[in-house]
Order: sequence, then structure tokens, then C-alpha cells
Amino acid sequence: MQTAKTLKEYRKELRESLDNEFLREAMDKFATAYPVSRANAFRGLDEKAMIAEVADAKDAAARNMDGLFAQFKAEAEKRGVKVHMAKDAAEANEIIARIAKNANCKKIVKSKSMTAEETLLNHRLEEDGLDVIETDLGEWIIQLRHEGPTHMVMPAIHLSRYQVADLFSEVTKQKQEVDIQRLVKVARRELRQHFATADMGISGANFAIAESGTIGLVTNEGNARLVTTLPRVHVALCGLDKLTPSLNDALKSLRVLPRNATGQAITSYVTWITGANECKAAADEKKEMHIVFLDNGRRALAQDPLFSQVMRCVRCGACANVCPVYRLVGGHKMGHIYIGAIGLILTYFFHGKDKARNLVQNCINCEACKSICAGGIDLPRLIKEIRARLSEEDGAPVEATLLGKVLKNRKLFHTLLRFGKYAQKPVTGGTPYLRHLPQMFMKDHGFRALPAIADKAFRDEWETIRPRVSGAKLRVALFSGCVQDFVYPEQMKAAVKVLASKGVEMDFPMDQSCCGLPVQMMAERQATIDVARQNVMAFDAAKYDYILTLCASCASHLKEGYPNILAGQPDMTGKVKLFASKVIDFSSFVHDVLGMTADDFKGKGEKVAYHSSCHLCRGLGVVEQPRALIASSGSEYCPAQEEAVCCGFGGTFSMKFPELSKELLDKKLNNAEATGATRMVADCPGCIMQIRGGAEKRGNRMKVGHIAELLAENLK
Amino acid sequence: MSATNDLARLMREKAEAVGATVVELKDLKEAFAYALDVCDKKEACQLLVSGCEEKLSDKAEALCETKQEKVVAAPNLSEEEYAAFSALCAERGIKCIREGLRAHLAGIDIGVAHADMAIAETGTCVIDSTSEELRLSSMISEIHMAILPKSRIKATAFDAEREVNALINTGTPRYTAFVTGPSRTADIERVLAIGVHGPLELHILMLED
Repeated sequence: MQTAKTLKEYRKELRESLDNEFLREAMDKFATAYPVSRANAFRGLDEKAMIAEVADAKDAAARNMDGLFAQFKAEAEKRGVKVHMAKDAAEANEIIARIAKNANCKKIVKSKSMTAEETLLNHRLEEDGLDVIETDLGEWIIQLRHEGPTHMVMPAIHLSRYQVADLFSEVTKQKQEVDIQRLVKVARRELRQHFATADMGISGANFAIAESGTIGLVTNEGNARLVTTLPRVHVALCGLDKLTPSLNDALKSLRVLPRNATGQAITSYVTWITGANECKAAADEKKEMHIVFLDNGRRALAQDPLFSQVMRCVRCGACANVCPVYRLVGGHKMGHIYIGAIGLILTYFFHGKDKARNLVQNCINCEACKSICAGGIDLPRLIKEIRARLSEEDGAPVEATLLGKVLKNRKLFHTLLRFGKYAQKPVTGGTPYLRHLPQMFMKDHGFRALPAIADKAFRDEWETIRPRVSGAKLRVALFSGCVQDFVYPEQMKAAVKVLASKGVEMDFPMDQSCCGLPVQMMAERQATIDVARQNVMAFDAAKYDYILTLCASCASHLKEGYPNILAGQPDMTGKVKLFASKVIDFSSFVHDVLGMTADDFKGKGEKVAYHSSCHLCRGLGVVEQPRALIASSGSEYCPAQEEAVCCGFGGTFSMKFPELSKELLDKKLNNAEATGATRMVADCPGCIMQIRGGAEKRGNRMKVGHIAELLAENLK
Repeated sequence: MSATNDLARLMREKAEAVGATVVELKDLKEAFAYALDVCDKKEACQLLVSGCEEKLSDKAEALCETKQEKVVAAPNLSEEEYAAFSALCAERGIKCIREGLRAHLAGIDIGVAHADMAIAETGTCVIDSTSEELRLSSMISEIHMAILPKSRIKATAFDAEREVNALINTGTPRYTAFVTGPSRTADIERVLAIGVHGPLELHILMLED
């Protein structure tokens, strides 16, 4: 559970997690093992189609939430169940406390339910003097430690076997050995007595099937079966988002949920409970069964044009599994109760903006979660939208507002950047890096060398270097983005050289400005829209075959982001659609459009590693092209571990959370160095700034640059 | 026939991959003999209710003492089948029950039950568990045995959907279980451990029709 009130306090908590060696090691192991087991679980299956089916089914269910509830209630009540509706967490807890009281219950066994965590049900029941025992092993462990879960599926992933052994020694008053298999058996025996003597069982529900009034429970341990069988009363607490019309829809989710959660084709047990079943502990041999549906904002959320997709979440936890930030800091720092990317979002809706304010800053926007989400939820976009809402509700920090104002005025922005090259003179010491930044700027940022602004911006050189081409087959407009325009113009020049070798005619429309991603990350909604408009207007897209950019983040923002950002602007609809359709990244253009091959290059056999930029491989789905080009250039491509994991730049993220950025960069550099490569290339100047700055600090002599530079150097 | 065998092969592969034991037998008679052989061979140390070899709190320890003899349960056999099976149990000195399982919550040795069908692509047995006795026998047994005629194996959950629906949606209360491998957890350091709450072993006895 996340409790920090200010960003400063939050960063202090993050530091504590970074210093927790066991956590770091456990998380690293998990982060590298999970993608392998997930890939195995989906092998031979059409993963994208399966996810799309879940999304469609869940969307349809969310649209008809009230209708499904009415149908479920009627069907379940026909079969002897009492169905309740709770408008919020407190009401759900009151209903359940009342059921316990009326049925004269003393002891309650629970199987894992994130919804009960959401309502903090145990606290309420304990106030009434009820003995509440979690029976999922992980939940029991954290209950004994008085903690919240750190993962939705593996709640005790942050704890070691030593901590569990100590805990079990306390519980049994016997010294327990540090042996996982034996500790599990201790839990089996200790918990069995509670099953045998409990009056009430509380479960969650993964599915609530309206047509038969059935709940579905997905578990591995089998505790939910005992919880729903042995005690005379059963209460299921279920979010309204779990309603689904038919078994068919439930089976669609069931195909994806365990594969995504733990890399299992299916869990050990899937239990379908329809109605109040036989129970020999009850007076009439019939279970007293209640199902409490929880709204807590879900009905409103289901009607929201953008956020209704949140209702697709099946609580698999995969968005945490692949999150590079979660990997560093663990679940207690990555959600109030719900964990991971979806946790950041649900914290805002279920637990309020005070709890969410700092948490939602902690997304590096690498899109790893979006690429594997079981419901195809656009998690990074929703997180950015929440930041924008918070900033509108609470006012934005001064630096964000300032940047927004500056970016809206292209001439002012570019003048400031040009001025920067004079202002930085005292700190560069004649090198391309900022060597002597005052301490106030350098605190926590010393892990990488920051680049200096170039002597001459690309835009200021364009007219003199522009190749004159006649009879060109392809006409391309260049979009440089700020970094390549003002910091790394040599990358642009390299691209121009490569394109010119194939007779491509190029333009550089001067009214282009920053793509606007940085202000979007800083939640400046109006500046984001204004800059997008300005760029679309700067390019007469109909004149060009392609709009080419060497920056993966710009490319994905222009192509995927702009149509969303300008969706509310009727005068832009046609223009932005055409604009976005023409945007292409450098590697795809050179490989797919120009069709350049080894025949075009004379390589030197240099050993080259590759960093697969988030916004290229996930944002645009470009995977093979750059790797093929490295090989075509005559270099030796040296695959690195975790090529597609974020380098830690994330634009403004690295300024806000330098301690996290540093850790991600260290992993990236370690993996690159392990390949024995002497050079690393990427398709994004932001990543290059980060990785080159880190390599420079380490003095590891690895040359870090853009793939365009590698190709330009090796042109025949 | 070969389609049935293909499904049986897939079922075996997928079930074994998640730690189930799969045996192919001719008929119910062989299945009964198999179950009792396994019961006979259970090692002496495993006669202890699983977990009782560990150091426990007094209350949990107390449950360990309630178990005296080997017990098998077979709640969903037909009258005729149960008569035959319990006679075989008696010959070997094994207690056979089909009701009153709540008196054995500390655990029984083996629970034997007919499965209604199976799903080959995930190695899953589908068992109508509406009877509380049957439910308990599949939860508190150390070894859970599911008897599965090969002809009842479906390729995917969607191929089984119509029949599963017929199990769960009858207008009356129903409890339907998909069982895939033994009870498992990875809640401590993500290390796989078998038998945290439910059976330590799942045996699928596939019968020729």
C-alpha cells in the first residue's frame, strides 16, 4: 500500500525499495523468467486475436452492466442465492458484516479476493470481533505480517523463505526450517483446522455468468474450493466488471488469464458455482449463499468513453510482470491496493486522487504493459490522461506550465535552444557533454553525461546541405524532433546521406516543432493539442510519399498519438488522418521502402549491439528491420539480453525519477557490454542520449549512436 | 477411433506436463485394482496426513491424531460399482466410504470419482461436484483419481462448452469443477510446491470405452 503524501516522500520510499537487495534479486529473476513462460503458454496460438476477443466481450458486458446484473440476480435468486448491490466499499463491508452477524458467525475463512482488498473488508470484520483467516498461502503470509499484497496474483512475491520461516515459527511456536516445501506443508496443516471450524467462507469471483447466475473461481491452491464448501455460509464479493452474459465469454477470458498471469495454460482449479449448493454443516443441509456486487465507481467508469476499457481488466497482473519500474521498486510502491499499470489507474478511480497523485507519475511510458494486456487496454494512454486530469484539477507544477507555454510558441522555443549553446559554454569544457553543471542541476543526475547543444541546428544548415535531386521517385518530408534538430544534427545528416544515395527527394518544413510528447508526459493537455495542430499544419502531407523521422518516440507520437489527441477537432480530422498515414520511421523506410540490402554497403565487420526502443518495437511494431539493416551494413549484429526493455530515459521521467532511470540504464549497459560489442545503435535520439551518457560516465568506450550513422558510414 | 486416440494422446501430454499421472486401462475393474495398488504402495511415512511430519501448533497437531487407517472414498460410483469396489477394499483391509466425509477433514488417502469429460488442450478433467461428498473426496484426498472414458475427451474448452453448460445451468444449484493437475502454489519465492491445500497427486485413469 502506497502512503507517501508528496513526490519527495514517494522518492524516499522508492530509494528504500532500491536498497532492498532481496527484492531486487527476486524481481530481476521474475522479470526475466516471466516473458519466457508467457511466450511458451501462447506458443502456436493467435495471441492478438484471443486478446481482441476478450476486449470485445468485456466491452459488450460493460455497456450492458445494469442489464446483466438484473439477469444475474434473477437467475441466482431462483437458485437460492441472495444477491446484494453495494454502491461503495463501505456499503459492501457493512452488508457482509451484517450477514456474519445475522448468521451468528465467529470464524471466517477467505480465499483470495482483490475486491475484498479494495474494500479493506478484513479490517471491518475484525472490528466486529470476527476471526478472519486468509487461506491463500501468499495472502495468509501477508495477513500475518499486516501488509497489503505486492502483486495481484503473487501477493507475497516481495518476501523471502527466511521471512516466511520466521513468521511460521511464530505462528506454530515451533522453530521452522527454511525449506519452502516444508513451509508449504506447515501452512496446509495449520490452515486445515481453520477450514474445519469456520462458519463463513468469503471468496471473490473471476466471472459472474448472468444467464445461469454462476460464479467462476480461478485458483491453483484449491483453497477456494474448501472455502466455498466447508463453512455453512458463503459470501462472494464480486466487482460489477466481472459480469458476463454467458459461459462462452467466460471461457474466452479463461484462455488468456492464466497464460498471462503465470504462463499456465489453465490453473489447477476452475470452479463454477451455481446457486446455494448442498452443505451438510447447515441446518437444512443447504448452504446460505450471498453474492455482493460492488459498484464503487464501476458503473460510471463503464459509461466513460475513454476509461470504460478499464472494465476489461481480468486482474492477471501481467502489466506489473513486464513493467521495468515495478521490477525495480515492487508492488507496495506501484499501486495503492491494485498493483502495476492498472493499479495506478484503479488507485485514481477507486481510492481517490490523493492516493494516485504521486503514483501516476511513476510510469515511464515504455508501453510494455500495453503490449501484453489480456484485455488490450491502452494503459500508458490512460495514465497520461489521468495526469492531465490531475493537472487540470489541481493546477500543474510551474516547470510543466512553463514548458507548455514555451512549446506553444515555436520561435521562442527555438530561440531559447539556440541561446542555450552560448549559455552552456562555461560547462562543456569544449566537449560535446555538459561537464560542469552546477550542483543544483546535478543532484541525483550524475549517472550519465548530458549532451551539449550543437553548434549549428539541423534546421539552420538545411538549405546548404539539402541534396538537389531530379526525377526522384520518392518525395519525403523530414521531421527531426527537437533532439536531432538541436543536439544531434549529425544523425539527421547521416540519414540525409543514406536517402540521397537512393535518389530520394527531401524537404524539411521549417514550421515543424517539438512533437509534444514531453508536454503530454507533463500533463499539459492544451499545449499537447496546440503543438500537434501546429505540426500537422506545418506539413502539406498530400505533397509527400512519406513523413520520415529518426526518432521512435516522435514517430509513435505522430502516428499513434496525434489521431487521439486531435480527435475532438473536427477541422483536423481529415488532415491528421492523412498526416499519420504518411509517418514512417527510419529503419522501416530504408529496409521496406528503399529495400536496401548488403549490396548497398561495405561493412567493416564491426560488432554492433542493438537497443530496441520502446516506441519503435512496441509503439510501432517495428522489430526485424533495424536488426536486418545492422547485418546488411556489413557489421556483426550481437544480440543482447533484454534488448526491448526500456533504457530508463522516458523523457521527463528520467528528470523526475533519476534513481530509477539510473538503475534501468545500468541494466541496459551491463547487457550491452556482455555482448562484447564495440558499438550500440538505436532508432531514437532520446535513448541514445541516455545510453551514450551512461557509457561516457562509465568510460566503457562503447560507441553509441543512431542506426542511420552506422548505415551512412558503411555506404558503398 | 484414431481421433479419440489423438485426443487421448494430447490429454496425456498436457496433463503430465502439469504433474498429473496418466494411466491407460481397459475397464473399471482394472481401474479399481490400480487405485487399491496405489493405496497399498503408499509409503508408511505418507500414511501420516501430509504435513503431520512437520512441527505444528497444538491445534493443528491434534488433527493429525484423528487418522488411524487407510481410507478411500468413492462417492459417485453407481450402487453396483460401489459394491464391487468396497468388496475389493475389504479384501485389502482398506476402509472404503462414500459419505460422511466431513468426519475425515484431516485427510483421506485416495478419492476416486468418475469424471464427466475432459479437455485435452489443457489436460483438464471436468467433474460434476454438486454432491458435497464428492466435492470433499476430491479436496481432502491426498491422491485424487479421476476415471475418464477416452470417448469423453474434447479437444478444447469450446468443444466442451455445450456440455459444461448443461452441467452448470440446470435451473438448480450446481457445483462444477475443472481440475488440472494437483494443488499447487508458487507463493514463496515463486518456487513451485505441490499440495498446498488439495491433493498432492492427481491420477487420471483413462479407460477404453
